[in-house]
Amino acid sequence: MTTNAAPAAPSRHPGTGNLTTRVLGVVALVALALTAWLGLVVSPPDVVQGQLVRLIYVHPAVATVAYLGFGVCALSSLAWLWPRTRSRRWDALAGASAEVGVMFCALTLATGSIWGRASWGVWWTWDARLTLTALLFAVFIGYLGLRRTGGSPEGRARRSAVAAIVCFLVVPVDREATNWWQTLHQGNTITRSNPTIHGWQLATISLSFVAFCLLFAWVLIHRYRVELLEDRYEHEGFALALSQRRAEGTGAAASPSPEAAAPAPEAPVR
Amino acid sequence: MWRDALLVAGKDLRVEARSRVATNQVAPYALVILLLFGFAFDSNRPLLVQAGPGLFWVAVLLCSLLAVQRSFAIEAADGARDGLRLSGLDPAGIFLGKAAAVAAVLAGLEVLLGVGIVILYGTGLHDPLLLIATAVLATAGLGAAGTVYGIMAAGLKVRETLLPLLILPVVAPVLLAATQAWRAALGLSADNGWRWLTLLGCFAAIYLTLGVLGFGTLLEEA
Repeated sequence: MTTNAAPAAPSRHPGTGNLTTRVLGVVALVALALTAWLGLVVSPPDVVQGQLVRLIYVHPAVATVAYLGFGVCALSSLAWLWPRTRSRRWDALAGASAEVGVMFCALTLATGSIWGRASWGVWWTWDARLTLTALLFAVFIGYLGLRRTGGSPEGRARRSAVAAIVCFLVVPVDREATNWWQTLHQGNTITRSNPTIHGWQLATISLSFVAFCLLFAWVLIHRYRVELLEDRYEHEGFALALSQRRAEGTGAAASPSPEAAAPAPEAPVR
Repeated sequence: MWRDALLVAGKDLRVEARSRVATNQVAPYALVILLLFGFAFDSNRPLLVQAGPGLFWVAVLLCSLLAVQRSFAIEAADGARDGLRLSGLDPAGIFLGKAAAVAAVLAGLEVLLGVGIVILYGTGLHDPLLLIATAVLATAGLGAAGTVYGIMAAGLKVRETLLPLLILPVVAPVLLAATQAWRAALGLSADNGWRWLTLLGCFAAIYLTLGVLGFGTLLEEA
């Protein structure tokens, strides 16, 4: 029996997946593959945009998912600020969803830029929608920077929660930019009283929204669990390392190993 | 709340007046920015006149970073922020006071920069009322937004680098609207400059509301 027994170590590979996430991942992958097949093979070229229309099966969906990520971040932050629902889990969810949202926002800017180059002849134009999306990206990069600062977890969560709500104010303005200003960027295609898209194109774009939402959910769950594991590492890692060092020290004093008892070999003289 | 706001604004402005950082460092910095813009545009006067409003407001934004950092740096030493927290003052009043002090410093700098673009760039003034209304609303918005983000970054080790990343993207609407309004006021565009005041007013109102509601929460952790 040892007096300095190490506390029960956490499982060696805690991981972030389980049966639900695996199923979700497979479904997301199938939906994405189906979107790619419908978008590249089945869906016909557009009368006006030709083959370029195939970008519509990616760009609007990733933009919507970016908004979704920022929305989850703002709602989680509100839940954290509300005293009755305050929990570290809401803060972790806010951070995770902001990161995933930023990733999809970057994809939105990249795919939009490619589309702009092909249809307008320029990689970038100072259009209200484009500029506001770039602004949204920069604002949430700042939010992530704020989350990475030190200090107490409580203080960081409080600052981040307020910042998330302030940052989210850009989202509705960006979403409505094409309605409020005269923009080069096209307006709503599906969410209008008389959609301008039909048949396979409508089916494919609808599927793309579902597929990217599933992908978002899958990535978000994993990122959220990584955030919680980081917390666990911070809380338990130090205590575990300390007890291991103590155990090593006690073990060495009780029964020194042959290597430790033997004199250290002299360094060769060169 | 208003009495507390006056108290805090008076305190911040007295500190500024006695330390003379705004007059001896920030104001010369603002003028240096105007000179550098002149060098960058190769002293091309017609181009400087055209770009004058934008350059003016970019200079104001850069100066606002210094003003906000300064506003929270004066409470960093000797536990002054703890004293502020324990003073019993209404957090909303503290926010309004600090925002007013930042806005007052910025207003002074705007007068200086305005004289600078008239003299250095040869800009002519056409509609002083629109110029002043724009400056008042934009400065209120910058003061409010700067104070909200200033308290978020206060106390952090990386505040000097983080603050520009937090503030500059957020105040982009102020830059856009104030520049357009000033272009109209200076006779550089046929646009109706008054319509941009709506955006400036909304921006200032949103950040003043957010600051009044959230400053107490942020001050606890600063």
